[in-house]
Amino acid sequence: MTHLDSELKMLKADIIEMWRLVINQLEKAKESLTNFDRDLAEEVVENEKRVNSYELKIDRDCENIFALFQPVATDLRLVLASLKICNNLERIGDISASVADFVLDADQDFNKAILDHTRVLEMHAIANEMVADSLEAFDKEDTRLARTMFKRDKMLDKIDEAALDLVMECIRDYPDQVRNTLLVMSMIRKLERVGDQSKNIAEEIIFYFEAKVLKHKKKKQKEGDE
Amino acid sequence: MAEKLKKAEGSFKIESKDVHLYYGDFHALKGINLSMLENTVTALIGPSGCGKSTYLRLLNRMNDLIPDIQIKGQVLIDGQDIYQLKSSEIDHLRRNVGMVFQKPNPFPKSIFENVAYGLRVNGITDKSFIENQVEKTLREAALWDEVKDKLKKSAFELSGGQQQRLCIARALAIEPSIILMDEPASALDPISTGKIEDLIFQLKKDFTIIIVTHNMQQAGRVSDFTGFFYLGELIEFDKTKKIFTNPSKQETENYITGRFG
Repeated sequence: MTHLDSELKMLKADIIEMWRLVINQLEKAKESLTNFDRDLAEEVVENEKRVNSYELKIDRDCENIFALFQPVATDLRLVLASLKICNNLERIGDISASVADFVLDADQDFNKAILDHTRVLEMHAIANEMVADSLEAFDKEDTRLARTMFKRDKMLDKIDEAALDLVMECIRDYPDQVRNTLLVMSMIRKLERVGDQSKNIAEEIIFYFEAKVLKHKKKKQKEGDE
Repeated sequence: MAEKLKKAEGSFKIESKDVHLYYGDFHALKGINLSMLENTVTALIGPSGCGKSTYLRLLNRMNDLIPDIQIKGQVLIDGQDIYQLKSSEIDHLRRNVGMVFQKPNPFPKSIFENVAYGLRVNGITDKSFIENQVEKTLREAALWDEVKDKLKKSAFELSGGQQQRLCIARALAIEPSIILMDEPASALDPISTGKIEDLIFQLKKDFTIIIVTHNMQQAGRVSDFTGFFYLGELIEFDKTKKIFTNPSKQETENYITGRFG
C-alpha cells in the first residue's frame, strides 16, 4: 500500500464515521420527536459539535492530501467527493439538531394525530433511510443504489408541497396545539432539505466511482444514466 | 481520437503510423500510432524502458547511429516521411527538429558563442544578423536579462537552470519548428524547473513541443496532450486533462496514481 493509499483509506474511514454519527443523530432526532423525549433531543443538540469537528478534520485532511500528494484520477475524485460529501453531511447534522431544537421548543407532547396527518414522521423515516442508503452506496460502490436518491428526493418534495394545507387543517382541528403544529411545519421544511443533501451526496458518489458529473442535469438524464 | 482531433483542431505537425523499432532482437516500439497538432505540447510518460525516449529520438533520427537498429512504419513531419529522406536532407531535418537533453550540456564556449554556434556551422557569417539572432533567442528562452552583461563569459559560469535555458536558446537559434525535450528539468531545482515550465508554455505559440518526463505533475502543468507508453506500446493518448482526471485505460490509471503493476 502506498503512502497516499493509507491517507485515502484514513480519509474514507473518517467520512464513514461521520456518516454513521449523522445517521445516528437523525435517528435520535426522530425518536425524540416520536416519544417527546427532551433528554434525547438535548443529546442530539449537544452532539452537533462532534459532527462539526468531523467536518473540520476531513477538510484539513483533504487540504493536506492536495498539498502533499497531488492526487489524480480516481484518487482526485475521492478527495473532491469527500470534501463535498462531508459538507452535505454537516448540513444534515445541522438539520437533526434543528429538529431536536424544535422538540425542545414544544410546550407539550406532540399530538400523534398531527404527526400522522402532516406525514412528518413518514418524511423523517424516508430522509433517514436516504442518508443510511447513501452510506451503503458509498461503502459498497453501489451507484445503482445512489441513483435511487433522485426519486426518493421527489417523494420528500411532494410531502413538503402538501404540508401547508395539512398544517392549516391541523391548526383548525387542534386549536390548543398551534405552537406544536407550527413547529412540525418547520421540521417538514428542514427535512425536505435532507432529500436535497442526499441527492447531492449521490451525485458525488457517482462522480467518484463513474467519473460522471450529474449536477444540474434533468431528472430523466440522471436516471437515464442507469 | 486522432481523427476526432484532426477534424476539431487542424492539421497534424507530426504523424507516426504503425511505427515499430527493434534494437537487434529487442522489440522496443510496437506499432505506435501517434499524431501531434502544431503549436501544442505533448508529454510522453511511462516507466523507465517503456520506449518514450526511443520514440522521441525517432523524431529527428537520432537513433540512426545505433548499430543493429530496424525501423518500420512511417514518421511524417509536415506530411513528409522522414525515414524516406535522402542523406543530404537529414541535416535539414535536425535543424527543423531541435533537442534539449536531461542534463544541461553547453559547449565549452562563451554564452554568446553557444547560441551563435548553430548559425555559424550553418554557414552564416553576417555579424549583425548573428548578434540579433543571439539576442532574440536568448530573449525567447527567458535568459537575456540574466546574461546580457556577461555574454563573453563561459557558459559554465551559469547555474544549472540558466545552462538549461541556454541550451534551449541554442536549439531555438537555428529556428526549428519542433522541439524535443528529454526530461529537461529533472536535474534542476524547483525555481529553475518553474522557469523551464513557463518557458515551454511561452514557446508553444511558435513551436510544437514534445517532452518526455517522469514527473506526473509536470506533465499535467505543461502539456496539452499526454501519451502513456508501457513495454513499447502507446497504451493511451488523450488530452492531458482527461488523462489526469479520468483515463480510459486501467494501466494508465495505475501508473499515474502510483499503483503500477
